Amino acid sequence: MNDATTRFLDPDELAQLRDLAVPHGHWSDRSQEGNEVTESTATDHTPPVLRIAVVSAGVSDPSTTRLLADRLAQRVLDRLHAVEVPATAALVDLAPLAVDIAQAGISGLSSTSLRAATDTLAQADGLIAATPVYKAGVSGLFKSFIDILDNDLLIAKPVIVAATAGSPRHALVADEHMRPLFAFMRALTTPTSLSVSPDDWASPELGTRLDRAATEMVHLVRARVADAIADDAWKGYQHQFAGEATRASRSATDIDFSSSLMQVAAGGSLVPRPSRDE
Amino acid sequence: MQFGIFSVSDVTRSEVTSETPSEAERIEAIVKIAQRADEVGLDVFAIGEHHNPPFFSSSPTTLLAHIAAITNKILLSTSVTLITTNDPVKIAEDYAMLQHLAKGRMDLMLGRGNTVPVYPWFGKEIRDGVALALENYNLLHRLWREDVVDWEGKFRTPLQGFTSTPRPLDGVPPFVWHGAIRTPEIAEQAAFYGNGYFANNILAPNFHFKPLVDLYRQRFEHYGHGKREQAVVGLGGHVFIARRSQDAWNTFRPYFNSFSRGRNTLEEFVRETPLSVGSPQEIIDKTMTFREAFGDYQRQLFNVDSMGLPLEMALEQVELLATEVVPVLRKEIAAGRPPDAADAPTHAALVKAEYGDAEPRRPRPNQNRGDNLTGTSPYQDTNPKQRARYPKAG
Repeated sequence: MNDATTRFLDPDELAQLRDLAVPHGHWSDRSQEGNEVTESTATDHTPPVLRIAVVSAGVSDPSTTRLLADRLAQRVLDRLHAVEVPATAALVDLAPLAVDIAQAGISGLSSTSLRAATDTLAQADGLIAATPVYKAGVSGLFKSFIDILDNDLLIAKPVIVAATAGSPRHALVADEHMRPLFAFMRALTTPTSLSVSPDDWASPELGTRLDRAATEMVHLVRARVADAIADDAWKGYQHQFAGEATRASRSATDIDFSSSLMQVAAGGSLVPRPSRDE
Repeated sequence: MQFGIFSVSDVTRSEVTSETPSEAERIEAIVKIAQRADEVGLDVFAIGEHHNPPFFSSSPTTLLAHIAAITNKILLSTSVTLITTNDPVKIAEDYAMLQHLAKGRMDLMLGRGNTVPVYPWFGKEIRDGVALALENYNLLHRLWREDVVDWEGKFRTPLQGFTSTPRPLDGVPPFVWHGAIRTPEIAEQAAFYGNGYFANNILAPNFHFKPLVDLYRQRFEHYGHGKREQAVVGLGGHVFIARRSQDAWNTFRPYFNSFSRGRNTLEEFVRETPLSVGSPQEIIDKTMTFREAFGDYQRQLFNVDSMGLPLEMALEQVELLATEVVPVLRKEIAAGRPPDAADAPTHAALVKAEYGDAEPRRPRPNQNRGDNLTGTSPYQDTNPKQRARYPKAG
């Protein structure tokens, strides 16, 4: 894009992350094989591998948006590894899914790749969401992707929102567009967001903000805030039966039959029965 | 196992002739389609309820009563009757009347309806959709089973000492299917009452409705109506058949394209959804996958007349279905059926279950009871112990 973009590129770092990430597919089984993420070799005492999903709506190659997402992911993984928490990242690159996303939006039929992408998000412990800014807002591709997600998919999941823009005038897109979007999804956005315009790539300040966001994410995923909230409060959100969220109810065992509607379904009444003296 | 056709009563422009049939033509056509389905031996004809163009079927009981009069064997049903916006009292009366006129050759399927504005047209709120469906059916169930009903609910004026007339034919209420594609509460209600559950199995990915069907089966067993494998399940489907596969694809493609408007190709749709297009054998093969996924089931309905298909083509579909597809499906499905599988519901079977070899009930009203509020025994054989509670005077 411009020289500033490439100046901070660290090819080794990126290659490492790309190797670790699985493009819009299922989570890598590598952790089980004990390859790259050696900490996670399965034994009885191994803590579960934390999974960070990276969604990038960048369309050029190389893409600044992707670069930003990669850096965030790398920092999050590095920090987790530093404290010996096994973690892995999976990349959901939206550009190759553009047609599938558009089609799913109008016909409701999801392609296999798109279902895999959704599944990656459903299983993630934390999410890094990065989009370019087009016409003063998030890219249509990014929004269209979020539009087709199950409303339950991201409940209480920690999310870093990140946007790349051609001008600092767009600096509030991450906070004013992405945060409300993820608020609707009932996700937990980290206090620090990333808005990156060309000048920022040359600024040491960017590194500081990346570190801040990564640190916030690391604490949220290590504390398993998403699980804790969902465990305690899942019933309190509105859900769709057999939805795509990992906790979606799919059978009688995970349905609350004591809800008032379920009681009506089993012959109950919506009005309290008046007491009859007979 | 019952096989039949169901229509959404759409009046659609034909992409091939560029002509839109008139309502009059489509209404006449659907009667002919139902007649042909009867002649060639299909088991069920069902039609939906809509209150807006381009659909013509706002009064399914009127239409079905007419079809009942000019057919001999085919069972008539709805797909669906709106349990949300219709008054359950009127449903009880209309369908009991249809049941008498059709000599029991009918049942009905209840659904919430998918047209958002239909709720305000009938003074209801769409946000209450599920609650309306549940409460209204609870009342309907009682109106058909109790001669005198006292009832109070959230959505309708209370009933005190109310008798819905006529009483169901032979004292056996019409069989009810609950149709739902996303609502576990509806599956639960079907299971609670031991009624049928119908998944419309079109326009969604293959096997999308399996969790709901499984939930219904599990709860059917929970409520003691039988084993989960014996729950009464119906599935929708959409077919286009020709003797040669390529003829089916070529003939159907323009109609599908006008419906899909470029959203998906016909190939994608056939691959990803329950739509079957092809030779009779291809239709048979795909339908057998439904049975593998959903288990032994009682009713399979196919849509064969939408997307602007001309009448002659729809009639040909009915014939191919009845002569080339259904006989083979019957044989293959019968071969794999467990011996204690549930039978498809019919009036005769329900009467048999209720009375054995005894005479079924044919109630005769007591005299001089015109206002529905003057006593607890509206019929000569009404149980006198059944008390009605009247509005308090003054």
